[in-house]
Amino acid sequence: METLLAFIVGGLFASSIYLMLRKNLIRIIIGLILLSNAVNLLIFTMGRLTSANPPLIAEGANVAEAGIANPLPQALILTAIVIGFGLLAFALVLAYRSYMELNTVEVDELRLAEPPFPGENIKVAGDSVAEKKEVISSTGGESITSPGGKGGK
Amino acid sequence: MMTHLVVLPIIIPLVTAGLAVLTRKSGTLQRWLGVMGMIAQIIISVLLLWQVMDHGILATQMGNWAAPFGITLVADLLSAIMVVITAIMGFAVAVYSLADIDKTRESYGYYPLLHLLLMGVNGTFLTGDIFNMYVWFEVMLISSFVLLALGNEKTQMEGAIKYVIINIISSSFLLIGIALLYGMFGTLNMADLANKIAGSDSPGLVTAISMLFMVSFSIKAAMFPLFFWLPASYHTPPVAVSAIFAGLLTKVGVYTLLRFFTLIFIQDVAYTHHILLWAAGLTMLTGVLGAASQNEVRKILSFHIVSQIGYMVMGLALFTPLAIVGSVFYIVHHIIVKTNLFLVAGVASRLTGSFELSKMGGLWRHYPWLGALFLIPAFSLAGFPPLSGFWAKLTLIYAGLEIESYPIVIVALVVGLLTLFSMTKIWAAAFWSPMADDKIDISDFRKVITKWDLTLLVIPMVILAALTVTIGLYAQPFYEVSLEAAEQLLNPSIYINAVLGQ
Repeated sequence: METLLAFIVGGLFASSIYLMLRKNLIRIIIGLILLSNAVNLLIFTMGRLTSANPPLIAEGANVAEAGIANPLPQALILTAIVIGFGLLAFALVLAYRSYMELNTVEVDELRLAEPPFPGENIKVAGDSVAEKKEVISSTGGESITSPGGKGGK
Repeated sequence: MMTHLVVLPIIIPLVTAGLAVLTRKSGTLQRWLGVMGMIAQIIISVLLLWQVMDHGILATQMGNWAAPFGITLVADLLSAIMVVITAIMGFAVAVYSLADIDKTRESYGYYPLLHLLLMGVNGTFLTGDIFNMYVWFEVMLISSFVLLALGNEKTQMEGAIKYVIINIISSSFLLIGIALLYGMFGTLNMADLANKIAGSDSPGLVTAISMLFMVSFSIKAAMFPLFFWLPASYHTPPVAVSAIFAGLLTKVGVYTLLRFFTLIFIQDVAYTHHILLWAAGLTMLTGVLGAASQNEVRKILSFHIVSQIGYMVMGLALFTPLAIVGSVFYIVHHIIVKTNLFLVAGVASRLTGSFELSKMGGLWRHYPWLGALFLIPAFSLAGFPPLSGFWAKLTLIYAGLEIESYPIVIVALVVGLLTLFSMTKIWAAAFWSPMADDKIDISDFRKVITKWDLTLLVIPMVILAALTVTIGLYAQPFYEVSLEAAEQLLNPSIYINAVLGQ
């Protein structure tokens, strides 16, 4: 059983890394989802798979009888699932918002905050061709950010 | 009461964050409650440091579950120092935020998030349980994600995407490492782990697992070759947010490296710390060269965070008592100086209307006091005597010479020189040279900022500059505390005994 799970975890890691190496933001996020599931499964496997009794303490006793399963890995996974869910939900919303703002999901085009050097031929997200030239010539995001970082929408 | 003191640095920001949510309708009340919360945090953390200096390591078991089973909170000297410095930075940035953060960001919950961020940072410093540390990391990360994206500007979205993705990957690495350690040793308590690893019969496997932790913490600390997310994102949010990130977040990564590679993973120091030494040298060099190639103040400062991380890790990698002293001293000095430089850059750009060096200028002529406030942290960063950075660098370089590790000493010295180069670049372009566009008159600050707002921006800068000068001129007491902290770090048995009570 452990061998089978080891292969599943390995497969999940492999596919998540493959997806995260893509240039499409949505695929990267799906990769992250697979990664966090792979890690959860890894914690589960590392807690040893046994067909022991449930970890319940009999009424009146203070200590459980021998031969019970270890409940801790499941508590850890539960925490990790909740945290992972929160992070990934945030990442998805962020991807959606940035698609609305920048009009692209290609990570190579995310160069507004790190503008390309003059001569580098890169399409910059969120800009028409005319604006793109301006960004390159000003060598900074100054046309986008107002001074002092103020000006939230 | 003494054991409660360990929990309070986590409780206070949580309570303040809750109060900030409740008072969100009244902006003024929310803001000043935030500042009061930070003051309370300073008082409590100084008390904690005092207690730890007096009584040694304080450990408390959450829910009264005995040590290896429950979650333990531990305050050793390093944790206590970090908590104090976090509270001071929190206070400085909270005051600065009063004038720097706009109404929109405030109404979307800037203040609660700032306090939750500090709660996560304090939790990471104080916990004695590796899984609990992962949870605190996430508390810190999710708050920082939102703070970074808050405001919805295009550049912020971009910076946030890169920051969020790389940090989720780094957390996954951490979790994999925790899972494997738990599978091998069946415990999550750091002290218990240290005990069991010392008696482990398969040190090779432990070294392999330690690499997972090293990668995860190196991403968070922005070490070579894993630092590229930092210069891509730290210059996008408002200055107050950049300043607290620059001061604290990467240093949390350095703290965890220090903790894990002095307490838990010391079974193969020759191998693990050798890797750290290479990474430290390359981090210093690439960071400072990156800074030299930039022309935007915040980007220059961001790259300098990377290069300075190298010095702190160098101390850990050399792994002699003196080197660890240097590392601890460097962290304290660097947090103060870096936050201050970002704050100064914020005011400079408010006055000149830009962060681009080519569009700044004339600040020395019209605002010499701002020049002085820039020079103190800038010279300290470069390592000029008698400022704090000089003692930090001196200790590290002396430690390197002591064990004849010459290449890293040479790198450290050259990087110090190059740091000075980029600081003079900012100085020459933004302060000395006249304004590039003569139509812009910057002699009257009232056009861009009210006097009250400017006072609020300047107060934290003055406090931090005074701290830098104090640490520089009265280095002895600070040095002695670092010495004691290093002694505790290099004798894991003290920590283990304090936690497990043997």
